[in-house]
Amino acid sequence: MLIRKPDDIRSSEITPESVYRSRREFVKDLAIGGGLLATAGFSHSALAVSGQQMAQAALQPGDDLTPERIATSYNNFYEFGMDKADPAQHAHTMSTQPWEVMVSGEAAKTGKFDLSDIIKGLSVEERIYRFRCVEAWSMVIPWSGIEMKSVLEQFEPNGNAQYVEFTTLERPSEMRGQRSLFSGIDWPYIEGLRMDEAYHPLTLMATGLYGKDLPNQNGAPWRLMVPWKYGFKSVKSIVKIHFTARQPKNTWNVLAPNEYGFYGNVNPAVAHPRWSQASERRLPSSLLNQNRIPTLPFNGYADQVASLYAGMDLRRNF
Amino acid sequence: MELFDPGSVLGADPGEAVVHFLGTWGIRMLLLSLMVSSVRRLTGKAHIIRYRRMIGLFAFAYLCSHFLAYLGFLVQFDWSLFLEDFTERPYITAGLAALLMLIPLALTSTTGWQRRLRRNWQKLHRLVYGAALLGLLHAIWQTREGFGEVVLYSVVLAFLLGERIWYTLSLRRTG
Ligand code: HEM
Repeated sequence: MLIRKPDDIRSSEITPESVYRSRREFVKDLAIGGGLLATAGFSHSALAVSGQQMAQAALQPGDDLTPERIATSYNNFYEFGMDKADPAQHAHTMSTQPWEVMVSGEAAKTGKFDLSDIIKGLSVEERIYRFRCVEAWSMVIPWSGIEMKSVLEQFEPNGNAQYVEFTTLERPSEMRGQRSLFSGIDWPYIEGLRMDEAYHPLTLMATGLYGKDLPNQNGAPWRLMVPWKYGFKSVKSIVKIHFTARQPKNTWNVLAPNEYGFYGNVNPAVAHPRWSQASERRLPSSLLNQNRIPTLPFNGYADQVASLYAGMDLRRNF
Repeated sequence: MELFDPGSVLGADPGEAVVHFLGTWGIRMLLLSLMVSSVRRLTGKAHIIRYRRMIGLFAFAYLCSHFLAYLGFLVQFDWSLFLEDFTERPYITAGLAALLMLIPLALTSTTGWQRRLRRNWQKLHRLVYGAALLGLLHAIWQTREGFGEVVLYSVVLAFLLGERIWYTLSLRRTG
């Protein structure tokens, strides 16, 4: 794999499923890991609180890690089929080596880059994030990734860059969902962020989970991970990064503008026509217990991110 | 008790898996039950009408279980959640209306009721078209991507309804 692994992940941390049962110890390990990173000279520019600390502060008492088996076998990746078991079954057909990324738009350094060159020398951190799907289910997942800001800064976006747009691989020969005759999606899948959202310390380019490389079904070799937004914002298997002055037309917004906005911030007060967003089912659930818990504004990251949206009507900008 | 454990053999979200399975097979059975008389007319194999009641009752059993699984596994008898679904989500309202229409049909499916109601039995059982259309609408409203299944169901239902209209018109012409 061309993805660099963080040197400080001990093999004992490469997570067996049983780890979610001993989350406390895991978190302690991470805290030590974070400390090591800090003493190794990695600092988050001038921010007093690092993204690592933010992520940890936002964890709630019940946030036990989702078993790895569940997180890697149950998700939406429509490029590989509609069923939540489809990605795990069919994503192996996607080849991720080599992985070229096209950078374009309002930036000084544009062109084609090899992913390994883009992420060379950048710090990979472990972050435990809650993951909330618009379908009202959620998980708690230990990602490894690079803060988006340090990824994007190297392309030197200029003053016109108000937004950044991400595009998923389009390769019907390897992605059976893109061959479907009855798909409403106009491939490739597109998502975007405002630049200030992209530069927020919690925003990651994830390259792994559970201490391993990202499996294909979860968006290998790298994907966006924005913990305060619904999962559809966190676009997978990214091959294009485009800096632009105009708000990107994200795929689900184009498909159903009254159901999906551009922002996609987790908001219990704004229901989706199919799902109430007031609560969520923390997976895995069982037949007898849906594990229903209340959904928090900004998925519980309000202290860290609400200021990005000060003065905005979040009912209209959903 | 593996079946009832979190993330059991039924996957990460077993309640949803069960509701989905029963709904999918419910609508398939319902369409199959509507197919019987069309196939009989088109092939002349009169004896297959025998299977219509059984298939229809299968459909009803699947769809009742679908509803009960929804109540038990998804909303877990939280009536405020159910009320919210019922009033705010048209796909749920349509599903319930469809199921309600099937109840009198199941109750009057016996030969005894068939005899007692005579011509009215046929009229009453036309409710099945309403149930099929609402059930289909229920499924279409939920589909956000991957329209293959609902397109197939729609084509089948359109064919079955079309065949009936064509047949009725041809009776008029000859009669
Ligand atoms: C004649 C009546 C009904 C029919 C034919 C029917 C059919 C279906 C079908 C085909 C699906 C799968 C849709 C898809 O995802 O492709 C489905 C799903 C569903 N139905 Fe029904 N249904 C009926 C009644 C009801 C009722 C009465 C309720 C509850 C009040 C209900 C609740 C649901 C729910 C919650 C789902 C979603 C399960 C999931 O997440 O996959 N249905 N139904």
